[in-house]
Amino acid sequence: MTSNITNLDGKRAGRYVGTAQRRIDGRLKVTGGAKYAGEFPTPGLTYGYVVSSEITHGKITRIDASAAEAVPGVIKVFTYKNRPKIASDDKKYQDQTAPPGSPMRPLGDEKIAYAGQPIALVVAETFELARHAATLVHIEYETKPHKTDLEAERSSSYEPKEKRSGIAPPPPPRGDADAAFAKAPVKFENEYRVAVEHHNPMEPHATTVVWHDDGKMTVYDKTQGVQNSQNYVTGIFGLKKDDVRVISPFVGGAFGSGLRPQYQLFLAVMAAMELKRSVRVVLTRDQMFTFTHRPDTIQTLGIGADKDGKLQAIRHDAVAETSTFEDYQEVVVNWSGLLYDCANTKLTYEIAKMNVYTPGDMRAPGATLGVYALEAAMDELAYATGVDPVELRLKNYAEKDQNEDKPFSSKELRACYRQGAERFGWSKRSAEPRSMREGRELIGWGMATGVWEAMMQETSARATLTAGGKLEVAAATADIGTGTYTIMAQIAADELGIPIDDVTVKIGDSSLPKAPVEGGSWAAASTGTAVKAACHKVREKLFNHARKVEGSPLANFGIDRVVFENGRISVSGDPSRFVTLADAMAATGEREISAEETTAPDPETKKKYSGYTHSAIFAEVRVDEELGVIRVTRIVDAVAAGKILNLKTARSQILGGVVFGIGMALHEESLMDKKLGRFMNHNIAEYHIPANADVHDIDVIFVDEQDDKASPIGVKGLGEIGIVGTAAAIANAIFHATGRRIRHLPITIDKVMGAGEDKTPAQAAE
Amino acid sequence: MNRFSYARPTDVAEAVREVGSDPSARFIAGGTNLIDLMKYNVERPTRLVDITRLPLTTIDKADGGGLRIGALVPNSDLAYDDQVQARYPLLSDAILAGASPQLRNMASTGGNLLQRTRCLYFYDTATPCNKREPGSGCSAIEGVNRIHAILGTSSKCIATHPSDMCVGLAALNAKVHVAGPSGERVIAMADFHRLPGDQPERDTNLGPQELIVAVELPDEDFSKNYSYLKLRDRLSYAFALVSVAAALKIDGGKIAEARMALGGVAHKPWRDTTAEDMLRGKPAEEASFKPVADHILRDARGFGHNDFKIDLARRAIVRALSQAAAGTPQTQTDKRIK
Ligand SMILES: Cc1cc2nc3c(=O)[nH]c(=O)nc-3n(C[C@H](O)[C@H](O)[C@H](O)COP(=O)(O)OP(=O)(O)OC[C@H]3O[C@@H](n4cnc5c(N)ncnc54)[C@H](O)[C@@H]3O)c2cc1C
Ligand code: SF4
Repeated sequence: MTSNITNLDGKRAGRYVGTAQRRIDGRLKVTGGAKYAGEFPTPGLTYGYVVSSEITHGKITRIDASAAEAVPGVIKVFTYKNRPKIASDDKKYQDQTAPPGSPMRPLGDEKIAYAGQPIALVVAETFELARHAATLVHIEYETKPHKTDLEAERSSSYEPKEKRSGIAPPPPPRGDADAAFAKAPVKFENEYRVAVEHHNPMEPHATTVVWHDDGKMTVYDKTQGVQNSQNYVTGIFGLKKDDVRVISPFVGGAFGSGLRPQYQLFLAVMAAMELKRSVRVVLTRDQMFTFTHRPDTIQTLGIGADKDGKLQAIRHDAVAETSTFEDYQEVVVNWSGLLYDCANTKLTYEIAKMNVYTPGDMRAPGATLGVYALEAAMDELAYATGVDPVELRLKNYAEKDQNEDKPFSSKELRACYRQGAERFGWSKRSAEPRSMREGRELIGWGMATGVWEAMMQETSARATLTAGGKLEVAAATADIGTGTYTIMAQIAADELGIPIDDVTVKIGDSSLPKAPVEGGSWAAASTGTAVKAACHKVREKLFNHARKVEGSPLANFGIDRVVFENGRISVSGDPSRFVTLADAMAATGEREISAEETTAPDPETKKKYSGYTHSAIFAEVRVDEELGVIRVTRIVDAVAAGKILNLKTARSQILGGVVFGIGMALHEESLMDKKLGRFMNHNIAEYHIPANADVHDIDVIFVDEQDDKASPIGVKGLGEIGIVGTAAAIANAIFHATGRRIRHLPITIDKVMGAGEDKTPAQAAE
Repeated sequence: MNRFSYARPTDVAEAVREVGSDPSARFIAGGTNLIDLMKYNVERPTRLVDITRLPLTTIDKADGGGLRIGALVPNSDLAYDDQVQARYPLLSDAILAGASPQLRNMASTGGNLLQRTRCLYFYDTATPCNKREPGSGCSAIEGVNRIHAILGTSSKCIATHPSDMCVGLAALNAKVHVAGPSGERVIAMADFHRLPGDQPERDTNLGPQELIVAVELPDEDFSKNYSYLKLRDRLSYAFALVSVAAALKIDGGKIAEARMALGGVAHKPWRDTTAEDMLRGKPAEEASFKPVADHILRDARGFGHNDFKIDLARRAIVRALSQAAAGTPQTQTDKRIK
């Protein structure tokens, strides 16, 4: 059944919810007990190794696998020529999160649309044999000119005709931004650019397909949504749900790369079905650079304001890359119409086709880019008007969502600014750039605002209480390292008043109650609500039995007059009158009580209110200007995200997001050779993410925020907010330190030195 | 990665014989570079001669009073060796500026000398690269060349030698002892690595069957005024964009002797003795260093993305010499640059 629950939370403070709880899966993870997709053992396993295209655009003219197949122990080499028949309808390949278009079909035909496209799968008795044989597959190509330079392709950008589901297109223009911009006493317009980034979770994408004699398969897949993978596989290969069970209990990071089923899943299932054997395919680190990534995006942002910094006009245009076969879209510019009070806005978003794999959602997709540009521009406005950056934001504070003309479900951003500034010591900042220094280092303080949508999705969960008083909660959601296991256990334990150790959590299995992919920061609100509803149902059933226990002191009370605590149901305010859970269970005569509930956001509330998570980020950098070396020595991130379920895992989410933001500001960059059309630094020695030495103090504040509308349990989500705005705060701090405004991320040594800034080799040769 | 046979000799002569038995055989020590290259299909040895059982694991007094470091001494052990820290702290710092603790634990002294360039194209067999496949062309010259060389390049190759340790060794006038089919010989560090010229496939002057048995440090004292300054794309665990090993002997405020080597700028640790000569007799202060930096970079040439290295190298030389002169070497733990 579906119930739209408005507020299950009541007033009772939980014993676990809202506290700092260690991860219930922590021990398994640190002892190696947690198994990942590429690790599940199974007898008779075979190994697939992917051969990737060496060219960027064109076609295969010859493919000869005979030498590879002649190697003893090699079972088969799959190519577009000998692959089994697969679905022809694009729809079958479109997973829950797919953008409009015609998804890539691994080994579909001879055409090559981007570098690294999978073109063969070598299956052998051992991994080493498969890898060796892969080098013996002889391929000849015919190449065509490729498009991999967004600068060159921006002239052929277009507004996507078919919109991606769940992605709001830019709002219609508000007022007259061009006229207001022309009239504004203070105005400027600049271009902002962020390098292409690849997700690079620690765990590579991997699939182990266990083939059963009855033709069914158990598929261990690295994914953020087991049922998404299951639907994909059954659709393409014409299978029934019963035939394929997808399991993914642990995910070694994904950051969005596991939202869409990746090609190793397709290839492993295809091979298993053909060979009727178990198959494992693990991508190499360099192959992790052959699929989804944060799209290259060129942003132009113009701000017009009066002399005191009150915004008069915002124009924000973004052009982003997409593949030749799909129209990927994300929300980049809408934030500029949302975050500040401004009567005149004009926001546009276009995409341009290139010979790359379809970009995809990467931690706070769109917002990371758009809010960076907006918050860097706001900092420029602060200097242009002489208004303190925090002051400026308060002056333009948006009291309602002007894009949709709705009130916010809650918005404690003012408190974020205040508490963040206080903790950071912002009042001691000297406004002038280059005015703070210690030794050889210039010191800079910068800040920015962060924002992300608070979302909730329809989700089901099941709760089962056994006679022994143990509770199991289950849903087909994922824990991609975020702490989902733990918050589910906390919510369940509180609902039934039992110790958290008595709760078992089952997730990451397609046979469990239906859940969406874990993404968009919606898992806690969605799964949390469903778990609570299911446990509430069990609670009701149990209470009914408790009342029927012989001589029950609860017989004359309604459920709203009792509390569930310490394994007992007792009369509220009179703990001496109680029935134990065990006695209540015994009264049922059953071995267990189970309930499955489906919860969804209330459509009326959704229509009436806008839900967003906010943050204020303050950063300190120290810059050795002469040598271009930057150290990010201090970050304070004050976050308003509704109810915080677990202070420990919540903080950890923000820390991770902030580190991601440091990487975006200073390190991460997938370097494209435009002549070859390939990303060249496809390993994590040369693709830099922050190392320990790059991360110093990070102070996380959770601002008190009550919200009974964003989700029934008051939760807004935390997975992405930590990264949004962080890079802007750092870039703004670098400006404060050095007086240099660098609008291309990452800000590397050369840019700080002002040498060779963004010069292409061709320009340099001139 | 291809299939290979494997041998694990226990003495030097046997190792040399083993590697001679197959023209595509390779020695393997820590494996931290070779195994990666094999996985990328860049190196395709059909025989691996594992040298980790050879008795080359000690650090001993050398005949002339210096130090003789066995080729199999791990980078970590070398960096933390008491004698090295006391007498050759520049070497210790150079090593600690490189890689990560885990890698330094595996990496050997000999292997470090022979680690190959980090040029992105060299590692990607789908792209042309003269070093990997002579005659196929150099993709880096007009490609992604942020990490490439600015000195001593050729039209065939602009790769750098990535080692930090070797930069320290070059500044310290180390010697490399090698054993081959016709006995032992000694190669000065300055002559060990090559410039790319017309044969970028050859990184060093080591013969195909020669084994490095030891590295020798001369009996010289640069333990007071030295610094190893490494600039990179993050504060740790990244190869040098530019690094400078500087060592001075100062007498009454004047430079009596100077040693300097640069990393990240050339196909070998870059040493310019004419620049060192320029410093002799000059006051040990910043004003003396700038002309020297200009002199070292007089023929430097950028290829676009790496243009900034010329300026960066100039500034780094001045800073490293200043640190050395002041007796305040760059620390490798606190990343703040003094
Ligand atoms: C991610 C990463 C980051 C790194 N960062 C840095 C850094 O910042 N700075 C730095 O300096 N280094 C860095 N390194 C490189 C590291 O220092 C080298 O990989 C290491 O020193 C090689 O030593 P090894 O013993 O493992 O060599 P191996 O991989 O075993 O061998 C390398 C080569 O040397 C040959 N060889 C080995 N020993 C001998 C011998 N005695 N005689 C003849 N030939 C021999 C082998 O045949 C092979 O060709 C990094 C490496 C990695 C993987
Ligand atoms: S610089 Fe040298 S190693 Fe790099 S592509 Fe050119 S030839 Fe190859």
